[in-house]
Amino acid sequence: MRARLHNTIWGTVAWIAGIIFVFPVIWMVLTSFKQEQAAASNPPSWTFTPTLDQYAQIFDRNITPYLLNSLMASIFSTLLVILLATPAAYALSLRPVAKWTDTLFFFISTKMMPAVAALLPVYLLAKHLGMLDNIWTMVILYTSMNLPLAVWMMRSFLLEVPREVLEAGEVDGAGLITSIRKIIMPIVSPGLAATALICFIFAWNEFFLAVNLTATAAGTAPIFLVGFISSEGLFLARLCAAATLVSLPVLIAGWLAQNKLVRGLSMGAVK
Amino acid sequence: MTTMVARRDERTQAPVPPTKGGAKDRWVRRAPLLPALIFALVVTQVPFLYTLYLSTLSWNALRPGDKPFVGLDNYITVFNDTRLRSALFNTVLLTAGAVLFSIILGLMLALLLDRKFIGRSIVRTLLITPFLIMPVAAALLWKHAIFNPAYGLINGIFGGSTDWISSYPKAAVIATLVWQWTPFMMLILLAGLQSQSTEVLEAARVDGANAWQIFRRMTLPHLRQYLELGALLGSIYLVNTFDAIFTITQGGPGTATTNLPYEIYLTTFRKFEYGEASAAGVVVVILTIIVATFALRVISSLFRMEDNR
Repeated sequence: MRARLHNTIWGTVAWIAGIIFVFPVIWMVLTSFKQEQAAASNPPSWTFTPTLDQYAQIFDRNITPYLLNSLMASIFSTLLVILLATPAAYALSLRPVAKWTDTLFFFISTKMMPAVAALLPVYLLAKHLGMLDNIWTMVILYTSMNLPLAVWMMRSFLLEVPREVLEAGEVDGAGLITSIRKIIMPIVSPGLAATALICFIFAWNEFFLAVNLTATAAGTAPIFLVGFISSEGLFLARLCAAATLVSLPVLIAGWLAQNKLVRGLSMGAVK
Repeated sequence: MTTMVARRDERTQAPVPPTKGGAKDRWVRRAPLLPALIFALVVTQVPFLYTLYLSTLSWNALRPGDKPFVGLDNYITVFNDTRLRSALFNTVLLTAGAVLFSIILGLMLALLLDRKFIGRSIVRTLLITPFLIMPVAAALLWKHAIFNPAYGLINGIFGGSTDWISSYPKAAVIATLVWQWTPFMMLILLAGLQSQSTEVLEAARVDGANAWQIFRRMTLPHLRQYLELGALLGSIYLVNTFDAIFTITQGGPGTATTNLPYEIYLTTFRKFEYGEASAAGVVVVILTIIVATFALRVISSLFRMEDNR
């Protein structure tokens, strides 16, 4: 009885904490449906007639190409990451190469390298090749950014494939393709999906490289938001509409992957 | 590094030690690895080598003409540059502040979520949401909708006309980062809490240990590796903070919130001092390597200690 009361009290505290934490997001979404006047009022206005004007405005201001660029950069880099990382993870787990630990640490060390240290040479090279403000440059860079994460994550999922089953399959004459299709894929596919979603999230949200290497032609969604940085003549409601819209794909991807999120973020160390 | 941190899980098995096969077998094993390895080598190491080379040149892109080799001069400039030193200080302060507060908050939230209550999974979904908001969008949201002196939420609810960002620039940046990173810490610590054996906890309770004693003597030591992992990964990500600085304060007022990534960005694309920026980049990489190695060493020695006990 006492335990149940305790749980109710702490459950309520948890609910309150959760709502406080998410409140800025709720406020963002609410503000995105306001008129500018209501958005900039002090004290804040809680009741208002919802409007889609702000969303119409941002589409008028041509957010679409930015969203498409982000979609391209995120989807293609994620595909490329998965294509590169899955076989690599296989060679680091189920049929390991001799120096698999060194290789794993090499991958993680590339993740630790600050992007600022590579920015200038990448910029100069892209400029030299005429690849500045080109979405494929971003695809390549995002692939290298997410590759270590994907290798570590996929490795942790592949290690869950029971070795006895694999060996039994081999004894029964199953070739590599059959083993992959019948034994490995069914076990690994949820992990593969989570890995892809997490790579998508990081690519979609990336700002540092995008702001320095793209402009009008290949600008991604975060670049559209740069116009809202100055407080002078700010359109708060429009900003909130844009922020809501660009965050939406990641919110959906993150909610879908939430059970595997921690594993991906910790490179497979925490389950 | 994470293999050392990972708890011994029943489901995971250590990879089989590679058998000594012929050269052909070794290449068959290597083949699936090569595309990823070559890609990573080319895209990450080549630019770094080029940075090393650039760091020995006196090269300002605004100054036409040749780019003479100056050896280590740029490094001397970097080490004597007070701006860079203050940027280093700011980087440490912002990173440490954000990591510390997000771990404390994350731990409290993880403890709350470790209990059973109605709608627990909904609350968890609510709590991870800040982490999923695009960082630039989150920074803009806090800058304009929350901190703004005229129509921001804080002044709107509590009154007053404080300009939060110019009065407390570091705290404003840290608050935004903490809001985004607390969910990350919470998820790692929650996974740690849930890997605790309930039987042992139950036994302690039967033996008359109170909640505080159990937390202090059992939960916290068990969580140590998860706390370290969270701090380590959080630092690696947060040391590179650029979005929040670029958006909220542009490094100001003055250089109050200019961290290393932002300072190097300014040196490269505002002052066009390519040689100097490269040298600073190399220094940052070396610092990162030192911090990462040190952290990894601390963790693995802690583990050896525990194993010997």
